[in-house]
Amino acid sequence: MKIDSIKNGYVLDHIKAGNSMRIYNYLNLEQLECSVAILKNVKSSKMGRKDIMKIDSLIDLDFDILGYIDPGITINIIENDAIVAKRELCLPERLTNVIRCRNPRCITTTEQELDHVFKLTDRENRVYRCMYCEAKAKKEG
Amino acid sequence: MRHLIDITDLSNDEISRLADTADRIIADRQAFSNVCAGKKLATLFFEPSTRTRLSFEAAMLELGGSVLGFSSADSSSASKGESVSDTVRTVGCYADIIAMRHPKEGAPMAAAAKSPVPIINAGDGGHCHPTQTLADLLTIRREKGRLGGFTIGFCGDLKFGRTVHSLITALARYEDIRFVFISPPELVVPEYMKNGVIRRNRLTFAETDSLEQALPELDILYMTRVQRERFFNEADYIRLKDSYILEPSKLRAAKSDLCIMHPLPRVNEISAKVDDDPRACYFKQVENGKFIREALIMFLLGLM
Repeated sequence: MKIDSIKNGYVLDHIKAGNSMRIYNYLNLEQLECSVAILKNVKSSKMGRKDIMKIDSLIDLDFDILGYIDPGITINIIENDAIVAKRELCLPERLTNVIRCRNPRCITTTEQELDHVFKLTDRENRVYRCMYCEAKAKKEG
Repeated sequence: MRHLIDITDLSNDEISRLADTADRIIADRQAFSNVCAGKKLATLFFEPSTRTRLSFEAAMLELGGSVLGFSSADSSSASKGESVSDTVRTVGCYADIIAMRHPKEGAPMAAAAKSPVPIINAGDGGHCHPTQTLADLLTIRREKGRLGGFTIGFCGDLKFGRTVHSLITALARYEDIRFVFISPPELVVPEYMKNGVIRRNRLTFAETDSLEQALPELDILYMTRVQRERFFNEADYIRLKDSYILEPSKLRAAKSDLCIMHPLPRVNEISAKVDDDPRACYFKQVENGKFIREALIMFLLGLM
């Protein structure tokens, strides 16, 4: 794969420098068979430094996870060598099984089948709280 | 089907209706002595609580209903590893409504997602205790004649105290209330309560570590126990448990119509000598708790 050409897939642009490997891990991209390119610390007039990721397949991307890790990311959707859509992200209102509640007193520590659900309670300060115990999630990004 | 998991599950209007019903029950208990005939309340108490469990049971019995349940996890199938969800699905086949206390925070919410009958959160760890808050609100309304237009002081463990957090959250939805938080630095109200709940509702608060200084300006004083079970560290508990003790001498500077409240049980934070002071309202709170639970049971069963 040439890094600058994707036939069908995604280019994740404007990733805050240093976040690309976290995205790679959160999205379990190591399980993909297609090419994944990670460009770190790319010069950017807008951001100073940024990361870029290219995924050479139109996989089912979890935009909530991406929005949670880095809401500033721009997603370019590529089909037949051309950008067919751009998508801006925002902080998702609700996260399911993206992060785990670390409160030892939370019911999710004993009821194994429960989803770990977090709700956005303070957009300005990016605060997520567990739906069950309201414990604050550790900040990402 | 409605549940009561958090006090904010109820609107101010619904709280008023519950308090109105409680007032009517207090005025004429006989008139309500049969409204729950044929209905069963299950009290599922996965951790001990004599007071709350008996209050729920007394409430249901006074409404003419029946009660069943257990009073510790040891005597339930939880000791065999059964999930909360499975327990309530099973008990929901036997009872019309469930009051549940559990040491894990969020357990009643998890239960409500699977329960075929209404769930009342009777306390989930250090998280919520909405029926205590309803008892507090009813007491304030009966003593002050309104919910709003007063200065309320909270004293003691304001960091871990779930009753304090629930009551602050509930009162923050009313108008013209000023909060005074009286606690040692280690046990102050969490930042998200101050900057979130209170400031978001454009109410004001003050913080102090002196009960004596704060007392003269208060219309209501809400004392709390420093709870041993909320500490990970025994040494911290012992160091802080006697931080604030209310005695008759301190009350000389207080308003004549001060309303002294406490969710009980107390350890030593209110001297027994205060009990005879007409401003002591904490045993009225206990009784009000039973009446508001009666109203709540009726509400959730669609009988109000």
